Amino acid sequence: MIETFYDVMRRQGITRRSFLKFCSLTAASLGLSPAFVPKIAHAMETKPRIPVLWLHGLECTCCSESFIRSGHPLAKDVILSMLSLDYDDTIMAAAGHNAEAIVDEIVEKYKGNYILAVEGNAPLAEDGMYCIIGGKPFVEQLKYAAESCKAIISWGSCASWGCVQAAKPNPTRATPTHKIPGLADKPIIKVPGCPPIAEVMTAVVAYLLTFEKLPALDKQGRPQMFYSQRIHDKCYRRPHFDAGQFVEHWDDEAARQGHCLYKMGCKGPTTYNACSTVRWNEGVSFPIQAGHGCIGCSEDGFWDKGGFYERLSDINDFSIEANADAVGGTAAAVVGAGIAVHAGLTALNRSRKTGANQTGAEQQ
Amino acid sequence: MTDSTSQSVYVYEKPVRLWHSLNALIIVALTVTGYLIASPLATVDGEASDHFVMGTIRFLHFAAGYLLAIGLIFRAYWAYAGNEHARQIFMPPLLSRDFWQGVFHEILWYAFLVKEPKKYVGHNPLAILFMHFVFVWGTLFMIVTGFALYGEGTGQGSWQHLLFSSWVLPIFGDSQNLHSWHHLVMWLIVCFVLIHVYVAVREDKLSRQSMLSTIVTGWRTFKDDKPVDDMH
Repeated sequence: MIETFYDVMRRQGITRRSFLKFCSLTAASLGLSPAFVPKIAHAMETKPRIPVLWLHGLECTCCSESFIRSGHPLAKDVILSMLSLDYDDTIMAAAGHNAEAIVDEIVEKYKGNYILAVEGNAPLAEDGMYCIIGGKPFVEQLKYAAESCKAIISWGSCASWGCVQAAKPNPTRATPTHKIPGLADKPIIKVPGCPPIAEVMTAVVAYLLTFEKLPALDKQGRPQMFYSQRIHDKCYRRPHFDAGQFVEHWDDEAARQGHCLYKMGCKGPTTYNACSTVRWNEGVSFPIQAGHGCIGCSEDGFWDKGGFYERLSDINDFSIEANADAVGGTAAAVVGAGIAVHAGLTALNRSRKTGANQTGAEQQ
Repeated sequence: MTDSTSQSVYVYEKPVRLWHSLNALIIVALTVTGYLIASPLATVDGEASDHFVMGTIRFLHFAAGYLLAIGLIFRAYWAYAGNEHARQIFMPPLLSRDFWQGVFHEILWYAFLVKEPKKYVGHNPLAILFMHFVFVWGTLFMIVTGFALYGEGTGQGSWQHLLFSSWVLPIFGDSQNLHSWHHLVMWLIVCFVLIHVYVAVREDKLSRQSMLSTIVTGWRTFKDDKPVDDMH
């Protein structure tokens, strides 16, 4: 019989009091009412823990790095003990063929019951040869593991959107999980961010394991509880935005005063994430608080939109580097010049006509 | 009506004229405030609580945006309730051969290749095409994308988010793209206004019917007695 979460925690030396604290913390971070605390506790006491298979494709491991730094130490311990991380090539003890055998074992033993967590994505060019795991293309391992899983979590912007390795011209054809052709049709939870916030990651896992269902997702497949508002909506510098107080240079007085970074290209107004509320590193800070604009790392295509310090995005569709003002302003200038030329020609035409009429009249 | 050549024709009814002038003001307000939202004014000193510059600019933009949308709904209703000229820019006769010949003629006229302009009671065919595809669809695009952007602020559960943001955002992929497109089409509308004003003034001087006085008074007058080309 598989152990329950509670068994695992007790074995790890966590007291019942701490366990109940964790349950209320999880309920709070998931945006649930206190009435759910006993439900979470009950689920953890009675349900066998669900194994999680954590695969790594083309990635930088920043998702794993973020995950193991989950703000609340207790939450971190609990989640790590909840996760059956038999296979996570970054932190597992096994190596080589022994390690690869674990994947088969989990797939066979927990058919249809395990969660597949994908960090990074699969390059499809050259039959997937740009990312080889255990001698085989990663895309094959991903498809194989997805076949019998219960649900897929796309960790980070790589698995969710493609991220920097999918930047134009994307030579390896790095492809986010949901766009991989022939992947088993399983529910996919996108947890974008480069990396995603640790507490967001642990909360998503906790939700899946305790309720055994997917959290409410938005149209783009992100958990609504963390991705339904923009950073800008909850930014502590928002009053400066509304007042019209902006940082214009990195070394000006407004920068020292902590005014809004909108003019410095902060992507907070267009980025859906929980950074301005949950923050990072045990709630210490987040990029805007540290004085740097948001780069929009949890948004699709953030890597291909020009400078992080520009307000307007680059428009690459014209194969030139331009933004909306450059394109539109040029168009308006061309139209204006065209009108001037046309008006000049019209005037010329008219004077020639009246001139001809006058000559005609004189001849008569 | 062919015998009414030297007489005046009542073309633009009062609601259309009123809408036209208000709409012009709204577009100017939206363009100016919209530009300032993307490229804000110089920063202001002092306490944040003493100022509301960006907030005011955004409020004016949103308020004008609502007026633009309500105006277009009203104007679309008037296309149904008003006279036949009120319908022209909403329903171009794209399947009519005469219409396309008219468009071709107008292109030649603007390219200085025909000497005599035709005589129209309503809009000329090229104007209908231009107003329909650039103005009507452009404005509709701005209203839909504008409400989708506004719905991002009012948040999930608001009607703006439900009716607009929820399906418009996935089409554009993300909010930043949506902003860029909203901004680009603003420039399209600016180009429309430039051409619209230039052509109206030029036609007023050169064509065989009145233009500028017509949009003020509603009456179209003609400069000669020849038969009109767009009457049935």
